[in-house]
Amino acid sequence: MEKAIKRYAPIFVLPTFLAFTIGFIVPFFQGLYLSFCQFTTAKNAKFIGFDNYIRVFQDETFLDSFGFTVMFAIVSILSINIIAFALAMILTRDNLKGTNVFRTVFFMPNLIGGIVLGYIWQILLNCVLSIVGEPLLALNSTAGYWGMIILMCWQQIGYMMIIYIAGIQNVPEALVEAAAIDGATSWQTLTKVKLPMVMPSITICVFLTLTNSFKLFDQNLALTAGEPRHATEMLALNIYNTFYARAGAQWKGLGQAKAVVFCILVIVISLIQFRATHSKEVQQ
Amino acid sequence: MKKKLLSALLSVAMVATLLAGCGSSTGAAEEAPANDAAAKEEAAPAEKEEASAEGGSVYYLNFKPEQDEAWQNLAKAYTEATGVEVTVVTAASGEYETTLMSEMGKSSAPTLFQVNGPVGLQNWKDYCLDLTGTDIYNELTSDSFALSEDGMVYGIGYVIESYGIIANKTLLAEAGYDVADINSFEALKACAEDITARKDELGFGAFSSAGMDPSSDWRFKTHLANLPIYFEYQADGISATPAIKGSFLDNYRNIWDLYINNSTCDPAELSAKTGDDSRAEFLAGEAVFFQNGSWEYGSLTADGAFTDEDLVMLPIYIGAGDEANQGLCTGTENYWCVNSQAEEADIQATLAFMNWCVTSEEGTTAMANDMGFVIPFKKAVESPNLFVKQDTEYTAAGKKPVSWNFTTMPSEEWKNGVGSALTAYAADQTDANWDAVVAAFVDGWASEYALANGQ
Repeated sequence: MEKAIKRYAPIFVLPTFLAFTIGFIVPFFQGLYLSFCQFTTAKNAKFIGFDNYIRVFQDETFLDSFGFTVMFAIVSILSINIIAFALAMILTRDNLKGTNVFRTVFFMPNLIGGIVLGYIWQILLNCVLSIVGEPLLALNSTAGYWGMIILMCWQQIGYMMIIYIAGIQNVPEALVEAAAIDGATSWQTLTKVKLPMVMPSITICVFLTLTNSFKLFDQNLALTAGEPRHATEMLALNIYNTFYARAGAQWKGLGQAKAVVFCILVIVISLIQFRATHSKEVQQ
Repeated sequence: MKKKLLSALLSVAMVATLLAGCGSSTGAAEEAPANDAAAKEEAAPAEKEEASAEGGSVYYLNFKPEQDEAWQNLAKAYTEATGVEVTVVTAASGEYETTLMSEMGKSSAPTLFQVNGPVGLQNWKDYCLDLTGTDIYNELTSDSFALSEDGMVYGIGYVIESYGIIANKTLLAEAGYDVADINSFEALKACAEDITARKDELGFGAFSSAGMDPSSDWRFKTHLANLPIYFEYQADGISATPAIKGSFLDNYRNIWDLYINNSTCDPAELSAKTGDDSRAEFLAGEAVFFQNGSWEYGSLTADGAFTDEDLVMLPIYIGAGDEANQGLCTGTENYWCVNSQAEEADIQATLAFMNWCVTSEEGTTAMANDMGFVIPFKKAVESPNLFVKQDTEYTAAGKKPVSWNFTTMPSEEWKNGVGSALTAYAADQTDANWDAVVAAFVDGWASEYALANGQ
């Protein structure tokens, strides 16, 4: 049986592979090629070598956006994961009633799209800011930064919480009981027993929040649109603005080159993170 | 084992998101070619057949969503009359450049599209046919409506629009003023400040909110900014410049102060006010003045909100130049371009269609009545649009229209810079913040001009 499956594997894989080739591999390499070109439309590209890449690293807005994105990623990864893990701990306790309701409620923000969330939070935050007499979001990069952190926490905590709950529920009861018999405090049980056991969940959650923070676009566009003066512009929005908000062929290739740099950056950073946390996982 | 399975599943999910991540990161640019490949296969054969049967077809990528229906009808009428296939596609509001960019990559690319002036032309110059000597060029009432560069005609302005300060005559009379009294910046300022002083008694404010949300900020960072640029160009006798001097920026500050401090809302809230907010305030009679253009005529008179008797458009006085003879700001930023890379038969069909639109009775009537356009062509029919008629009256009375020089602004980025600085100044009206506006205006112009023309 297994042999038969193996023999026909290429046929089973074919539809997905075709879709993947058309939808991802071909445009990816086309994009890679275009990043070395000056062009207005994709079929009318002129090869110019590494010029675009040189300009990427001369472009201050790109470097500023990178700095802002890193700042955002650090704070949002920490806050999302810590809060999500804490919620998961609380909602896996046996003596708490209505945990399913709470899980559903916390998960729900994740079902709303980023653009919609961005606009809703823009209205909310602007109301709060005008009540406390601070400049509104479009003039206030600090508020824009924290607004985005709040928005992302609100949206992603529920999702990460579900993954953590699955991990915590998988910690064998026997281990926890054994620890209790050995006289471990609840803090020791958490750090020495539960945390190592849920390490696979931590790997995946940190990975998801890391890539989501770096790729963040919709929420950024809707909440602040990079205002004031590109101070809250993250990498993805910077690329978009380079490509679409500028007139002239010289900008298209630059935007494309930025996108390639960005893609490599996200892959490298997430691979490093994956190795770092994956090595801490323990096998039962 | 169970653990292993879980981690295996998680890894799969992870790889999937990683790949999805790469997809979206470079996706914006790459989606288009992928779509194109599919579209190419579908559209190409159909296109070919038509070309051989009819000897060319027209594909018009329309910029103005308000006129979509009218264009569709006109295209149908043209097809019935001549048998030539005309496809009209309208880009979503604010998405014209992106739509054009992906459509142009297809084998059935638009044969007729538009650019918004010399700066927009930079993107599409390679695709614009030289229209010198074509029938439609010869129909233009003035060469100034053609978009020319290096002795070539790349675009034909097909609609003239005017903007100024739209005033509610009824409210103005209630406040004790007559339209004829407002004939200079000083008079406008006196009137607006008097209305603000008596705001509680009258129950309305002077200006509708000068919203700096992206749906409305172009009224100030582009249209209002045109005035100091216009007067500087007039004073220096030029029509474009690599470096603006900002000679009239004090006037710009005066009019901006007037707008924001005699408004319906606190200037600090302007950053979140939208174009709809502003229009709604004007429609509800909460404000007397509303800076906008002839394109607003439809929404202001829809459902009988206002009649022609209630409305008037005043020139935007900023206390510069010859105010007694200043007219409305009139010009165009809508230029028709013909795709030079299209099939020869399609190009000919497109030129014939354009010519028909502006010379035939059916075409000119549709453009004037259904679309509400004033078109700068010899056989144009008079439009029922009140503001457009007023522009004609002003000109007939010897007032000189203010031309649209914002098409020479170096880039969108420049406009955004001025817009941001204006918003910051509105929230906190200090000299230091105004200096930031001046810096964005003057220094920003030079640096953006260098960026746009450098490479």
